[in-house]
Amino acid sequence: MNETIAIENVTKSFGKKTVLKDIQMSIGEGTIYGFIGPSGAGKTTLVKMIVGMDRPDQGAIDVLGKRMPNLEMLQEIGYMAQSDALYMELTGKENLTFFASLYKLSKKEMKERISYAASLVNLTEDLNKKVSAYSGGMKRRLSLAIALIQNPRILILDEPTVGIDPELRFSIWNELLRLKREERKTIIVTTHVMDEAERCDFVAMVRDGSIIADGTPQELKDLYQTNSFDEVFLYAGRKDS
Amino acid sequence: MRTTALIKRIILEVFRDKRTLALLFVAPLLILTLMYLVFNGNAVEPTIGVENVQQPLIEELEKADIHVKEFENISDPKETMIKHELDAFLIVENDKPTLTLLNSDPAIANKLQMKIKQLIGAKMQAQLLEKNGMKIPLQTEDMVKTEYVYGSSETEFFDVFSPILVGFFVFFFVFLISGIGLLKERTSGTLERLMSTPIRRWEIVAAYLVGFGIFAVLQTIIIVLFSIHVLDIVLVGSIWNVILINLILALVALSLGTLLSSFAASEFQMVQFIPIAIVPQIFFSGIFPLEGMPGWLQVLGKIMPLYYAADGLKGVMYKGMGLADISFDLYILMAFAAVFIVLNLFALKKYRKL
Repeated sequence: MNETIAIENVTKSFGKKTVLKDIQMSIGEGTIYGFIGPSGAGKTTLVKMIVGMDRPDQGAIDVLGKRMPNLEMLQEIGYMAQSDALYMELTGKENLTFFASLYKLSKKEMKERISYAASLVNLTEDLNKKVSAYSGGMKRRLSLAIALIQNPRILILDEPTVGIDPELRFSIWNELLRLKREERKTIIVTTHVMDEAERCDFVAMVRDGSIIADGTPQELKDLYQTNSFDEVFLYAGRKDS
Repeated sequence: MRTTALIKRIILEVFRDKRTLALLFVAPLLILTLMYLVFNGNAVEPTIGVENVQQPLIEELEKADIHVKEFENISDPKETMIKHELDAFLIVENDKPTLTLLNSDPAIANKLQMKIKQLIGAKMQAQLLEKNGMKIPLQTEDMVKTEYVYGSSETEFFDVFSPILVGFFVFFFVFLISGIGLLKERTSGTLERLMSTPIRRWEIVAAYLVGFGIFAVLQTIIIVLFSIHVLDIVLVGSIWNVILINLILALVALSLGTLLSSFAASEFQMVQFIPIAIVPQIFFSGIFPLEGMPGWLQVLGKIMPLYYAADGLKGVMYKGMGLADISFDLYILMAFAAVFIVLNLFALKKYRKL
């Protein structure tokens, strides 16, 4: 298995508060890796450091063999933040075009990627509407489409399915699984939804800035001797406190 | 090009937002017109009441555009003045004149007092000379011939004031709109998202300067042309120099606006910068004379961009200075812009360390 992301002894604090303590992790190509844990556990901080928007205080993060932060690597990372981060005055298509033009893409590629990303999230019909007229779910979907726009090798999705109805969530997950299988993409997902966690290849439980458990979903369930992932989440939390 | 894409997006967004467009292009013209009308109102002729004043003096007063109403046996001049809406009351008792002023507007009261005193003084002098058997014509106005270095006897306060005003409006509106533009990008999370693409920080700053700069250029030209051709504001020097000063000032406003927006968490907090960053600049822009202020206050004025812009604009528009005379002001303004632009680059580090 080729390693895409290597996290070595990463520690990060904001002021006096330590947000991440000694994180160690290796993520292989063509896997879906889930970060689960309560709000404020440090998931978003970790994800932002993988993207290279922040530097670790100690330790290092390598993406595709390059030390982060690295501007060139951002071509290979599709990032979807927790907030939708869209231009409300512009149409869906204008949003996609704008973000596409920030990456190295030929005219032809750009066109293809825009129509591919839009159809993936079922927005082809609504592309010429202003984003301010979109529903919450539509905004989330557009946001996901933007993360995919430059055909990155790595996808980092911070709570991608919040506010999306079960049917669309299902189709998005199927697409993520297909991207993993057929295009060997590496996908990192943070989530609160436990059945999504079960679809990941590996799961890391983050709590108070540390990874308290990681492994395949089955390994975690065995560890806590339970059949439901909700209980894994609860046990893991209790054990720590 | 990433910068081009960003510039295109900024322009598209401003065009979609009709209110912002109106604020940029209509609001300054509206306020400028209003100011012009307010300041160019005709002076109201004052009315005074008199008691026991000789007829020749009354005639002199009326010649000097003062309405005169005659009263008799007034015990309380103040009450009479309020009742009859008089600006002043003049009583002569035992050859001693007493003047009571309404003083609701000190400027008007002062002017009136000077005029009346002058007339009475001249009258008394004439009477004195007449007693001694000499006769001279009463001519107070033409005794001293007056010449002007700048402007003429027709110069009004608005003429001196308006160059500052033109600069201020360019500064204020560009500051507000560019600041809120970048702020929107911060609060909506799109700046963070931009930072997760390979765009460089300088590309963002450059795009903002150019994108909003285009609107600033248009606004500046419209304001300048409107002030000069429609409002007929005095322009002695070259219009190109006026536009040049305002463009550099707009660049300062643009870079200051985007810089300060990084210290604001919301639109409201951006507006809170106005009393701190904008209003004090008005005080030091030359509307009030700086020479009379204490030394430390003058120094404070000299760290404000609007001070230099106002100095340059007044120089060109009112005093007719050329490019060489205002070059110092221009260099200082450019230095302000350069410093703010560099600080902007650092401020963006908050979002991405690289």
